[in-house]
Amino acid sequence: MAGKLKLYYFDGRGKMESIRWLLAAAGVEFEEEFLETREQYEKLLQGGSLLFQQVPMVEIDGMKMVQSRAILSYIAAKYNLYGKDLKERALIDMYVGGTDDLMGFILMFPFLSAEDKEKQRAVIVQKATSRYFPAYEKVLKDRGQDFLVGNNFSWADVHLLEAILMVEEKKSDVLSGFPQLQAFKARISSIPTIKKFLEPGSQRKPVPDDKYVETVRRVLRMYYDIKAN
Amino acid sequence: MSGKPRLTYCNGRGRMEPVRWLLAAAGVEFEEVFLETREQYEKLIKDGVLMFQQVPLVEIDGMKMVQTRAILSYIAGKYNLYGKDLKERALIDMYVEGITDLMQMILVFPFSPPEAKEKNLDSIKDRAINRYFPVFEKVLKHSQDFLVGNKFSWADVQLIEAILAVEEKIPAVLSGFPQLQAFKIRMSNMPTIKKFLQPGSPRKPPPDECYIETVLKIFKK
Repeated sequence: MAGKLKLYYFDGRGKMESIRWLLAAAGVEFEEEFLETREQYEKLLQGGSLLFQQVPMVEIDGMKMVQSRAILSYIAAKYNLYGKDLKERALIDMYVGGTDDLMGFILMFPFLSAEDKEKQRAVIVQKATSRYFPAYEKVLKDRGQDFLVGNNFSWADVHLLEAILMVEEKKSDVLSGFPQLQAFKARISSIPTIKKFLEPGSQRKPVPDDKYVETVRRVLRMYYDIKAN
Repeated sequence: MSGKPRLTYCNGRGRMEPVRWLLAAAGVEFEEVFLETREQYEKLIKDGVLMFQQVPLVEIDGMKMVQTRAILSYIAGKYNLYGKDLKERALIDMYVEGITDLMQMILVFPFSPPEAKEKNLDSIKDRAINRYFPVFEKVLKHSQDFLVGNKFSWADVQLIEAILAVEEKIPAVLSGFPQLQAFKIRMSNMPTIKKFLQPGSPRKPPPDECYIETVLKIFKK
């Protein structure tokens, strides 16, 4: 049963942002319900909507899906962004695993102390430039194609663009040693659905600020200190 | 070169153990290369076989696969342990991801400092009993023998692995979960799993001091 596609999360990036990116890239419209109070969250819990008591939660095709990876895989497959066979899917999964690990270093960044933020910024840039970007630079160089996998736009391309932009927010010239990635960024950004998502007024969320951190802590009662990894 | 998948990792559970479980459950034989020294690891990096400079590495069907989730998804897809359609796959993915979150706590436990171990053990117990096990207890109550689609899948393998791993830390953890107790017995009696649970199989023992030392030595930053 088709119906509304609805995202339940905070009004900010977190673990939901990759899902917004993928839906937008696929040209799929969606609604959002933003968690602002503890009461809203408890209502979702009591209603049994959150399988493991956590958000993100996405209502899609009659399911209340949780676990961002599961949600992303479902969307990718449904909208033909998951390659043409098992081997292409394996490559996409590998590449997405890498960009997921890279974005993982950025995920908890807003929750760190000022001092830890500086250290973590350096870690993010170091991991990006010495581990992750070289890997994708090589894939693009070796293949000489427009996209990471097969000859088609896929989830892996969306996820990589998202990761590139997030790292650039931490260091604007981070792509300077990576000509393939620079060209990739320009190419993928100009795909119509992505271009639209990158324009003001889209459902893309801004860099997390203190208000976002406060909201998450309040709703989840997550008042302990977060340490960098 | 045999056609068998080849696993490269430390001689212990870590992030490779779910892969061993899944291959074994699917009845697939595999070879293993054990990392023992830093030099071995550095050679792998120099040879360019580790896409993100990390293990697990599984060589399978001409691919040098890294990223555990990608590896497991490929194996599940290849050996028909991933449900019959997109919606069953979605359920399997959701269940596997939840179980992985629980297993992650067990994964890092041996590496936590002594003063944090009791607190971490309490967290594992709390999450198992209050977050994860109740979900699967409920699913099994309404389903038949298996978690998804009345057919053996990756989700069942991941769950039996997790149950046994938690029980090693908290022996009576299944006491409030009769469905899970029955599930555990059922799964343990499936021929491929039964074989994997016997001595002499590729299953690895719980991490010990020697394993921890080896890991820290090889991967020291």
